Amino acid sequence: MAGRAGSGAGMVEGSRWHKWVFFHVPLMVFVVGTLFPFYWMLVTAFRPDGELYRPWRAVNNTPFWTTQPTLEHAIYLFKQTMFATWLWNTMFIALLSTLISLFCGLLAGYALARLRFPLAGGLGTSIFVTYLVPPTLLFIPLANIIRDFRLGDTPWSLILTYPTFLIPFCTWLLMGYFKTIPKELEECARIDGATRVRAMIQIIFPIATPGILSAGIFAFTLSWNEFIYALVFLSSPQQKTVPVGVVSELIRGDVFFWGPLMAGALLGSIPVALIYSFFVEHYVAGLTGAVKG
Amino acid sequence: MAQVMMKDLNKKYDEVHAVKDVNLHIRDKEFVVLVGPSGCGKSTTLRMVAGLEEITAGEITIGDRIVNDLPPKDRDIAMVFQNYALYPHMTVYDNMAFGLKMRKFPKPEIAKRVGDAAEILGIQELLKRKPRQLSGGQRQRVAVGRAIVRHPQVFLFDEPLSNLDAKLRVQMRVELKRLHDRLETTAIYVTHDQVEAMTLGDRVVVMKDGWIQQVGEPLELYGKPANRFVAGFIGSPSMNFVDVTVADASGALWVETAGLRVKVPPALSGRLGAYKSQHVTLGIRPEDLRVASGSDSADYSFDTVVEVVEPLGSEILLDLKAGPNVIVARVEPTVRVKHGDKMRLALHPERVRFFDNKTELAI
Amino acid sequence: MSKARSRVIAGGAGQAAEAARLTAFPRETTTLGIFARLLEDERVLGSLLLLPTVVLLGLFIAYPFVKGVWLSLTSATVGNPGEFVWFGNYVKIWNDSIFQRAAANTFVYTGVATVGKLALGMWLALLLNRHFRGKRLVRASMLLPFIVPTVLSTFAWKWMFDPTFSVLNWSLYHLGFIQTRIGWLTDPTMALGSVILVNIWRGMPFYAITLLAGLQTVNPELHEAAAIDGATGWQRFWRITWPLLLPVTMVVTLFSIIQTFADFQLVYVLTGGGPANATHLFATYAYQIGINTGLLGEGAAVSLAMFPMLFLIVVIQLWYIRRVEGA
Repeated sequence: MAGRAGSGAGMVEGSRWHKWVFFHVPLMVFVVGTLFPFYWMLVTAFRPDGELYRPWRAVNNTPFWTTQPTLEHAIYLFKQTMFATWLWNTMFIALLSTLISLFCGLLAGYALARLRFPLAGGLGTSIFVTYLVPPTLLFIPLANIIRDFRLGDTPWSLILTYPTFLIPFCTWLLMGYFKTIPKELEECARIDGATRVRAMIQIIFPIATPGILSAGIFAFTLSWNEFIYALVFLSSPQQKTVPVGVVSELIRGDVFFWGPLMAGALLGSIPVALIYSFFVEHYVAGLTGAVKG
Repeated sequence: MAQVMMKDLNKKYDEVHAVKDVNLHIRDKEFVVLVGPSGCGKSTTLRMVAGLEEITAGEITIGDRIVNDLPPKDRDIAMVFQNYALYPHMTVYDNMAFGLKMRKFPKPEIAKRVGDAAEILGIQELLKRKPRQLSGGQRQRVAVGRAIVRHPQVFLFDEPLSNLDAKLRVQMRVELKRLHDRLETTAIYVTHDQVEAMTLGDRVVVMKDGWIQQVGEPLELYGKPANRFVAGFIGSPSMNFVDVTVADASGALWVETAGLRVKVPPALSGRLGAYKSQHVTLGIRPEDLRVASGSDSADYSFDTVVEVVEPLGSEILLDLKAGPNVIVARVEPTVRVKHGDKMRLALHPERVRFFDNKTELAI
Repeated sequence: MSKARSRVIAGGAGQAAEAARLTAFPRETTTLGIFARLLEDERVLGSLLLLPTVVLLGLFIAYPFVKGVWLSLTSATVGNPGEFVWFGNYVKIWNDSIFQRAAANTFVYTGVATVGKLALGMWLALLLNRHFRGKRLVRASMLLPFIVPTVLSTFAWKWMFDPTFSVLNWSLYHLGFIQTRIGWLTDPTMALGSVILVNIWRGMPFYAITLLAGLQTVNPELHEAAAIDGATGWQRFWRITWPLLLPVTMVVTLFSIIQTFADFQLVYVLTGGGPANATHLFATYAYQIGINTGLLGEGAAVSLAMFPMLFLIVVIQLWYIRRVEGA
C-alpha cells in the first residue's frame, strides 16, 4: 500500500512525451513562476546601484545575474535605517502575541472539545465567526480604541490585537486536535487521582504537542506577516515592524530605494522562512487544519 | 476493600433514559459482571460509579461513603478501559506510577509497588518502554498493572478484553480471574460477552434498556433465567424459543404448535395450569436436545427435518425444522446426518422453560 | 478533615497501607479546597477556560465592531467626535464614483483571483500528488509565497513591474513577444490585472497544499478501479477526484474568498489604489478616507460596506460545515 499512495502513482500512463507535456513541463513552469520573485529579490539585494538602474534595452544589461555582488544595500539597511530595531520589534511582537494566543487557544480549545456546559455551542460558533473576520473590517474603530486605551504607537497595541485573529485559529486547530485524543486518557488520569485541570495539563497538553507546535508556528508566521494594524497603530520609526518599516522608511515620496528595499525584503523574510523550513510538516498540518478544523 | 451500593440509580441524557432504577449491592471482595447488549446502560452505570458521569437520581456508596458528589480522584477506585488509555507520552513505569505520584507517595514506595505489580503481571522487562512499542496483550497488562499498584477499594473494568484477538482474550480472562483470587479486591466488570460474564463473575448482572433484568450467580442465570431476554442472552448458541398453545388432554397438560407437541413436565404443570388455551413461549437450550432413541418417551420427542449441519469437531450444531419452527440442537460429533434427513429429537423434560408471552417473565 | 478521615477508616479495612493512602488526599474545607472542588465542575471549568478568549475577543472584535457601526453613523474625524448623522455617510459613499469603482473592482478582483487560484491550485495539487524525485523540496518551496510576508514579496513584484526597469518587459522583449513596454501598473486596465496576478501568485499555494492534503485522503484504489473500468485521466478527475474533494474545496474557497474580498496589502503596495483610483478595493479606499484623510465616520462606513458580503459568505460557510458534518 505504502508504495502506491497518491493517485495512480504506479499506473502505466502512456508514452514518455506524454509525461513530459502533462507533468514535467507544467511542474517546471509552476516552480519557476512561484520562485522567480524570490530569486529577483536575491539578485537585486546584491546588485550594485550602477547595474540596477540600466535602461531595459541597454545592450550590456544582464538582468538575471550580477558579476559584482555587493553588500552595500544590506549595510545601508543597518546603518542608515532602524532595520535591526524593526526585526527585533517584529520578533518580540510575534512571539508574545503567539504565546498569548496559544495560551488562550489551548484553554478554549480544550473546553470546547471536551467539556459540556451551557453556551459551549454558541461560543464555539462565535469563535469560528471571529476567525473569519478580516482585520480590514475593523481597523478604523480599532485605531480609535487603541488610542483610548493609550496603547497607540506601542508594541502592546499589536501584541493585544494580533490575538484577535490568532486565537480563533489556534482554538479551532487545537479543538480539532484534542478531539482526536481518546477521552479515556483523561478519565483514567482523573480516576488515578488527578483533578480535571491536572489531567488537562499533565496528560492532554503533552500529547497535543504536535498540534500546539503547528498552531504556534502558524500563528507566528501570521503575526510576523501582519500589516494593516501595524501600519495604522504605529507611527514612530523605532516602534515599527519590518513590513511597515520597509514600506514607510525606504520610500521617500516617489523615490524607491530598490537595493535596500529588496535587501530588507530578503532579510525580513529569512526568519519566517527559516522557521518554516524547520517545521514544514507542522506548518502544513496547521494550514490544512486551519481549514478543516 | 469495600462494598459498593447503588440505590435507585438513574441516568438521563437529554432524550435518553440510559439507566433506570438500578439497585445493586456488591459485596466486599466480590467480582460482579455487568453484561448486556450495547446501549443497555451497563457502561453508563460503571461510569457513574467511577464518577465520570453525573448521577441524575439515586445514590452510590463505596465503602460507607456516599460518593455522588465526589470527583473520581477522591473515590479511591481504579479503572481499566477498553482502549487501555495508556498515556502515550509516558513510559510503562511512569504510566503505572502516575496514580501514586498524584497521591504523593514516597518514591521508594512507588518503585516497590510498581515492581511488585510488574512481577505479578510479568511485565518487568517492559517498564522502560513507551506504550506504542507494546503489543495489544502487553498494553492490556500494563493497563491492569496501573490499576493494581494503587491498591484501590474497587476495580472497574470497562470491556477490557474487547480489543484483543480471540486467543489472547481467553488467556487474559484466566489471568484476570487468577488476579482477583489473589488480590481479593471488589471488582465491577462490564462486558457484552456472555462467556466472559459467566466465567469471570461471582455474580452476573444482566441489563437491557437501562433495566436490570436479573442478578445471580452464573449457573443460576443459566439454569433459572428470570425472563425470556436473560434466557436468550446467556448461553451459546442461544436458547430455542417456540410459540405454543397450552392444551388440556387426557388429564395432562400439553403444549402444541404446528409440527410439535410435547407434554408439560409435571414440575411445571401446576404453574402452567393458569395458561390453559393461551399462548406461551417454550424455551429449550440446544444442548438439552438429543437424537431420540427407543428409550425416550414419545411425550417428550418430536419429528424434525435437518436444514443445515455445522460440524464443530467436538460437537455438531444442527439447524432443524419442526413444522415451521426453526430449532438448533447440539448433538454428539458421531451423529451422521445431512440436509433433508428426517430426524426425531428428544428434549430434557426438566430443562424446558416457559415464558409468559406478554410479560416475558419465566413461568 | 480529621473527621472525614476517621469516617473512611472506620468503613475501610483500616490497615497500614490504607492509612498511608488516605493521608495522601485529605478533604480540605479551606477556600482553596472549595475552589478546587468548583474546578471539577464542567460548567465552572468550561466558563473559566473560555474567559481569557472571550475577554480578548470581546474587547478587540465585538467592541470595535459596535464602535465601528456607531462611527459610521457619525461625522467623526480625527480628534473630533462629530455628530450623529444617521445614514449620511452611507448615502454619501453610495453616490461616490470612486466608491462605486472600488466596489466593482473588489468583486472583479475577488472573482477572477478566486477562479485563478482554485484552477491553478488544483492543477498544482494534482501534479504534487504524484511521485517524483525532490517532491518534498518542491512541495515545501511552493508554499514560500504564502509564508513570506506579503508586503515584502509584493515589493519584489512591484520592482518586477517597474515602469522603467521591468524585468518582465525585458524578458518579453528579448523573447520577441513585445515591441514596446507594458505599463503593468501604470495602465488603468492593466493595473487591476497585475494586482490580480500577484494575488493569484500569493494565494495559489494555499489552495494547492490544502487540496493536496485532501487528495491524499482519496483512496488510490478508486482510481485504479476507474482506470480498469476504462476512464481516462480527465474523466477520473471529474468523476472521482472532484466530487470527493468538493467538501475541502468548498471550505478552502469560501475561506479564501473572505481573505481576497477584504484584501489590502497587495493593492496598497503595488498601486496605492491608482492609477487614477482604478485599482481601489473597499479596504484600501477605507484606509485612504479613514486614515489618510482622517474622515473616520466615512472610512468606517466604507469598511462596513464589506460586511453584508462577508456575512453572507460566513453564513454559507457555517451552513456548509453543518451540512457536511451532519451527513
